[in-house]
Amino acid sequence: MDLEKFKVHGEPLIYGAMISIALATIGILVGLTYFKKWGYLWREWLTTVDHKRIGVMYIIAALLMLFRGGVDAMMMRLQTAAPEMKFLDAQHYNEVFTTHGLIMILFMAMPFIIGLMNVIIPLQIGARDVAFPRLNAISFWLFFMGAMLLNISFVIGGSPDAGWSAYFPLASLEFSPTVGNNYYSLALQISGIGTLMTGVNFIVTILKMRAPGMTLMKMPMFTWSVLITNIIIVFAFPVLTVALALMMFDRLFGSQFFTMANGGMDMLWANLFWVWGHPEVYIVILPAFGIYSEIIATFSKKNLYGYTSMVFSMVIISLLSFVVWAHHFYTMGQGVMVNSFFSITTMAIAVPTGVKIFNWLFTLRKGRITFTTPMLYTLAFIPIFTIGGVTGVMLAMASADYQYHNTMFLVAHFHYVLIPGAVFAVIAGFHYWFPKVFGFRLNDRIGKHAFWWIAISFNVTFFPMFFLGLMGMTRRTYTYSEESGFGPLNMLSFVGAVGLAIGFVILVYNIYWSTRYAPRDTTGDPWDGRTLEWATHSPIPAYNFAVIPKVESRDPFWESKRKNIPLYEDKITKIHLPNNTGKPFILGVIFFFLGFFLVFSMWIPAIVAGVGIIIMLAVMSFERDHGFYISAEEVAATEKKLRGETV
Amino acid sequence: MIKQLFPIRHVIGYLASLVLSAAALVVIYGDLSDAANMTVLLITAIIQASLQLFVFMHIGESADTKKELYINIGYALFVGLITIFGTLFIFVWGWYA
Repeated sequence: MDLEKFKVHGEPLIYGAMISIALATIGILVGLTYFKKWGYLWREWLTTVDHKRIGVMYIIAALLMLFRGGVDAMMMRLQTAAPEMKFLDAQHYNEVFTTHGLIMILFMAMPFIIGLMNVIIPLQIGARDVAFPRLNAISFWLFFMGAMLLNISFVIGGSPDAGWSAYFPLASLEFSPTVGNNYYSLALQISGIGTLMTGVNFIVTILKMRAPGMTLMKMPMFTWSVLITNIIIVFAFPVLTVALALMMFDRLFGSQFFTMANGGMDMLWANLFWVWGHPEVYIVILPAFGIYSEIIATFSKKNLYGYTSMVFSMVIISLLSFVVWAHHFYTMGQGVMVNSFFSITTMAIAVPTGVKIFNWLFTLRKGRITFTTPMLYTLAFIPIFTIGGVTGVMLAMASADYQYHNTMFLVAHFHYVLIPGAVFAVIAGFHYWFPKVFGFRLNDRIGKHAFWWIAISFNVTFFPMFFLGLMGMTRRTYTYSEESGFGPLNMLSFVGAVGLAIGFVILVYNIYWSTRYAPRDTTGDPWDGRTLEWATHSPIPAYNFAVIPKVESRDPFWESKRKNIPLYEDKITKIHLPNNTGKPFILGVIFFFLGFFLVFSMWIPAIVAGVGIIIMLAVMSFERDHGFYISAEEVAATEKKLRGETV
Repeated sequence: MIKQLFPIRHVIGYLASLVLSAAALVVIYGDLSDAANMTVLLITAIIQASLQLFVFMHIGESADTKKELYINIGYALFVGLITIFGTLFIFVWGWYA
């Protein structure tokens, strides 16, 4: 074995990263040992199958990745802040923008949204857990190990460097000889399998486990958006799975699917990537629409305007999302007929999206609006996202796209769509549902400070990029000359990036401050909520609902508060819950090693790990574990305690 | 007991899908015309797919989820056909020439 290929050379930054990773790891290990938390960590978190805890772990991982991706972004903005900067070299810059894209989409936006749906969906539909709790744990650990595999690439062997879209022939063994793109294919594959299982799990949960009385058209809008998102996941991710497998064969085993010789076709990668990649955009944006719908209804004290049209526009978006993918490569060489077709389908998406925007505006109209932090993010989303949408229609025109293709205009456009459309949404959802999970609200004043820093700095960062793009600056260029005239606007953009960083630091400070000082919420319903998740206690007991609620309207909790309709009619009976298990975690660890060994073509250890996975799957298939019961008396006692009565 | 350890239906299904996969190899090792090759592939693929749907995915089992199942299959067909014919549209029929 050749140890040389593990090493990454040359940059003081990388040595710095190695040292900080090593120190952080040692710090965590020492801390866990010193505070005697190993048992706690294993029993309560690593082995958990509870949807709420899995959701919290997803969100913690997503926040960590947000900061990793954010540091990447800061490095890029610093490198391009002035002409001829010498902060990063070309190779390093390539690695940084590639991992920034991968991490932000696949390891930040996706897990943040999956985390929120894990926590909230079973509560919103009045269920005690997801349909397959153990599968849910496997999903999480596969995602987590995939994310870790991609992250260690920075210090072991080198990161992928062919862009987050990894176009062939650049990403082939011939032009990217480092192990970077091996990491790409394997890390994405492992976490992608996890995502696919999440998709199956939540479709079944939503279709089969709703509380009695909750018909499909009485589901909360967030639940609807998650159902449609998961349907898209189930149909879009297999394409990525296949494309990544072919990429892996090309890079590791010398096959010729995407090469330019022996009948291979490099452009087929771009095609398959975007067959998955465009629906992926809607996978992160549709749940965001659901989050906004919940927040707008709650803080306008009105039911959602145009519920049915909201549902149908999401269904139409989900179908259209599969017929627009070629708009990502108008300039690849297909004829006018093809480009016109995909232009029209792309513009058609603006119609259902517009319907949703108007529905939100009509919900706000004449509402009694309270300006809380989540509401501010929601209100900022509408105009900013509209700018992103309008520039999207500009890009959708194939003939005009030849001008802005792969310029900073495109970069500005998709940040204008994804940041309000996904990041603002998950932050808003985070503030909104935080008290449900932890039992206290994040401080509103500090939250608003963070909001204004983030919202204003966002525009300062990305608005100049529209002009830079129109001036001719291409994306992914690591430096430029002074004569190009790109300097001042890039400097402005860097200033904005610093402001964004400050905003996120304030956001984290708010979590710390509120944990220590915020008043505890004893009602379980701090926002005067409308849907079922507010009808149970916060923090939520392990069984969610002592008695499964009965649903009669779209806003069951709101109606029950206003009209005194009882939600819970049955008596408390014993509750069945699944047992914790360490097997999903172990399976995830083996997958991590399988991925790592394959990246470095270490076949014998890879085969050992592969056999290990098959053994784990066999063991889990034949295991009989029927879970356990909490007795009715115990539930009643817990309920009393949570209501603050003495037992 | 023996039935539980040896679920005959599934074992036969499994063996049948192995046989079908092997049969499709005729395309590579046999010396047939293109049309015959396509016919072999189509027939084995259709039998293979229905085998999966009926034996392993229990499509015929419960009556109360029939509607969801057919919507699901419809959506899958939509996505699958769009992907295949869209790709052909981009790279073959609509290619700039």
